[in-house]
Amino acid sequence: MPDLLIELFSEEIPARMQGKAADDLKKMMTDGMVEAGLTYASAAAFSTPRRLCLTVEGLLADSPTVFEERKGPKVGAPDKAIEGFLRGAGLTRDQLEERDTPKGAIYFASIEKPGRPAAAIIADVLEKTIRTFPWPKSMRWGAGSLRWVRPLHSILCVLNDEAGSEVVPLDVDGITSGKTTHGHRFMAPKQITVNSFEDYEAQLKRAFVVLSAGERVDAIWEDAKNQAFANGLEVVEDAGLLREVAGLVEWPVVLMGEIAPDFLGLPPEVLQTSMKEHQKFFSVKNPKSGLIERFITVANRETADNGATILAGNQKVLFARLSDAKFFWENDLRTAKSDMTAWTSALSNVTFHNKLGTQAERIDRIAALARELAPVVGAEPDEAERAARLAKADLSSEMVYEFPELQGLMGRYYAETAGETVAVAAAAEEHYAPLGPSDAVPTAPVSVAVSLADKIDTLTGFWAIDEKPTGSKDPFALRRAALGVIRLVLENDLNLRLSSVLSRADERANAVDLLSFFHDRLKVYLRDQGVRHDVIDACIAMDGNDDLAMLVKRAIALEAFMKTEDGTNLLQGFKRANNILSKEEEKDGVEYSYGADVKFAETDEERALFASLASEGPSIEAALESEDFAAAMTVMAALRAPIDAFFDAVQVNSDNTTVRRNRLNLLSDIRKLVRSVADLTRVEG
Amino acid sequence: MRVRQLAASAMSLEKPKSFQEIILRLQAYWAKHGCAIMQPYDMEVGAGTFHPATTLRSLGSKPWAAAYVQPSRRPTDGRYGENPNRLQHYYQYQVVIKPSPPDLQALYLGSLEAIGVDMGMHDIRFVEDDWESPTLGAWGLGWEVWCDGMEVSQFTYFQQVGGHDCAPVAGELTYGLERLAMYILNSDHVMDMPYNDPQSPIALSYGDVFKQTEEEYARWNFDVANTDVLLRHFEEAEAECASILSQEHDDPKIGKRIIMAHPAYDQCIKASHIFNLLDARGVISVTERQAYIGRVRTLAKACADAFVQTDAGGFVQ
Repeated sequence: MPDLLIELFSEEIPARMQGKAADDLKKMMTDGMVEAGLTYASAAAFSTPRRLCLTVEGLLADSPTVFEERKGPKVGAPDKAIEGFLRGAGLTRDQLEERDTPKGAIYFASIEKPGRPAAAIIADVLEKTIRTFPWPKSMRWGAGSLRWVRPLHSILCVLNDEAGSEVVPLDVDGITSGKTTHGHRFMAPKQITVNSFEDYEAQLKRAFVVLSAGERVDAIWEDAKNQAFANGLEVVEDAGLLREVAGLVEWPVVLMGEIAPDFLGLPPEVLQTSMKEHQKFFSVKNPKSGLIERFITVANRETADNGATILAGNQKVLFARLSDAKFFWENDLRTAKSDMTAWTSALSNVTFHNKLGTQAERIDRIAALARELAPVVGAEPDEAERAARLAKADLSSEMVYEFPELQGLMGRYYAETAGETVAVAAAAEEHYAPLGPSDAVPTAPVSVAVSLADKIDTLTGFWAIDEKPTGSKDPFALRRAALGVIRLVLENDLNLRLSSVLSRADERANAVDLLSFFHDRLKVYLRDQGVRHDVIDACIAMDGNDDLAMLVKRAIALEAFMKTEDGTNLLQGFKRANNILSKEEEKDGVEYSYGADVKFAETDEERALFASLASEGPSIEAALESEDFAAAMTVMAALRAPIDAFFDAVQVNSDNTTVRRNRLNLLSDIRKLVRSVADLTRVEG
Repeated sequence: MRVRQLAASAMSLEKPKSFQEIILRLQAYWAKHGCAIMQPYDMEVGAGTFHPATTLRSLGSKPWAAAYVQPSRRPTDGRYGENPNRLQHYYQYQVVIKPSPPDLQALYLGSLEAIGVDMGMHDIRFVEDDWESPTLGAWGLGWEVWCDGMEVSQFTYFQQVGGHDCAPVAGELTYGLERLAMYILNSDHVMDMPYNDPQSPIALSYGDVFKQTEEEYARWNFDVANTDVLLRHFEEAEAECASILSQEHDDPKIGKRIIMAHPAYDQCIKASHIFNLLDARGVISVTERQAYIGRVRTLAKACADAFVQTDAGGFVQ
């Protein structure tokens, strides 16, 4: 049972691509080998900045010989047919087998497909893997035509068993396989010859390369935590940064440095963002004060001075970076203190979208809309408008120009500095939320007003210029904006009639079409909460469906009702009534909606149904009036027995036309009453 | 390889003393490794890549190896000489080799050693940074090279220039000379950095040479440059470029096939720089910006199309 070791050694692979590349290498190689009949016991893949590695244990030495059976012509068929079959199978006539079948005697051929040695299969599969590797971006280099993420330098491909190890011969565009690699670029650049995975991993470690990304992650994190802890500090966790940093080093060396006191007055988010984005540093904070006081950088090597030169260099770069950040911060604070409107007026030079005008024009629209929405969400109209006017001011600030990801947060700091109210400052940060399905939804009324206005303006604007999402394309994140509106309305239980808001926000937008876009997003949202799609449809079909909070209350009550026995039985009764009625209406070409009269009732069951409609009708109406859908449905459940009894005892299609018409009108009353609660015609079952 | 390393370490025994010594050592290093040492292009450009020795010569099948200093102008980066490392006029050192040699990374590291970076003490890293020039219609994959967390160079394998696939592929190295030199010479402010040997009879700092010009150009770039004139120049350069390329390939006077790719490309460079000046004057809106970039790219592509029709561009009649 031989084991296989492969290493693809290249120039530096982008950190973000390494993990998937290792997975892809494993999948493509093992799939390819298994498809060729070469099964194995276990496999594992690894990545460093300069290498992708695969180890496969317990491979078959050869793929097994297989026999393929082919059915041929009938015995006694013309010679030509038989000869053709023999040519195709590569056999002679005496190798054919005659077999009796229900259709008579037929020739069968058994074709032997001999197994191939593992090395031959591996060479084929590896070459194909290299040539078709799914890098997100790949390139050519030198005069060759091979594509790889960065120039590929060598291919190590070794099979080993008890008898020893052998190179699997392979040549991809002039790169021939071998059994050598190199250690750390600076600490152990000499060539290494390896015979097995254990040997490879151990020799690499001696040559200052930690093969496993997981091991590098753990080592970095442990060391970082310990160094911080020893100083009474803690590292700010950042799993994404940790993975990235582990993909930038083969031999991680954690170094902790100081942040000059000049910068400790900067907001912690600014320090953190600047250090992370530019330098890939971790932030180290003082748990008592919450301030970020130090940084951690991860070098790729040891040095004779224990990293002192490296740390000093990094510290110097950080000083320059933070000097910039401090310069921006102080300039911004000056502007914020004197007049933030300098920023907002600068936004009249910034195009939002060439068909939707400038950012300043957009802010005017959002401010008007926020003012209009203020009473609905319980905010002061003046404060909501003020908040909307300032919410995007920070887009003109120097800090946000440098670090776009700080938008909103800087707005809050600057609005606070400018002496704006807490609500206005909070809205600057919170109006972007919610950004995703799990992001927190603002609850402060002013923030809610601005957040709704911002999103509704975006939606109506893009609807007006017909830039709607199609398929997987949603360049302006309109689905996210609609979901944001839905969550704002639901989680704050707002009674908001969307239709009128939408058509007033931009009269060029097709409000009906946009509302149905909201309904589509709402369906997805409710389905994730376990509400059946037909139940949602039954509620969307109702009047007032632009009041999303009411729509959802109705849907949740109906979902619960449909889970009860009364609910499912009433549905049956309703459907029966509706089916008969629809059929007769179609036949007669009329709609029976004149109202039934109890004086034409002939049976007790009929009269009982009249009575219960008369008594329950007003209760249902009252419950609906107060949006108590659960109560309306409970009352409706009382109709179940009289409806069932009616159908058991009464033939709707009486010979007496007056009686027939009256009964159809009675069914119509049932339909009307039930449909005032929800359109049960759309519910399945 | 061994000889090269010995030579390099002998050179790095002594640290360079000045900005110009770093340039001289780079010139010597790349000359030794077979590059034609060219002179700066005699036009205003935003980066060393614009020099035809890179842009045009990275096209076509003919091998090429060149290195040169290129003064580069970025009007929006002007800070009146106050900022420790931002300048509207600065120097790039540019190396371009086609096809990219297999040991280009090692050659590059050798050049750092040659200018006094002690390879045993520093942390050199190749961090993903893909390069794209929308104005040149060009892109490539590579890295920014970090030395102890500071970006000291750009390293790019050109994949496309002017809309043409690069085959063979050119490897391009760009060193930001001021920043790199400040690091090696341990200067905190660019203007304090020694330009020539501080022991010279007349010692000059970078500031002695450039502080005043930074002020003058910052004022002109930001507040004085006549935008109407600039806009007109842009249009004229654009028209001239098109007119040059519309000429028939055979010169009617001397009867030889002469495609004027370089004169046309000069107009493209000119348009590109004028666009940068207009941008610094703040007269180009966000939407117009894209349109201008697109117009320059159209010129760059047309020049690239013309160059590959020439002898230097690998055209065989």
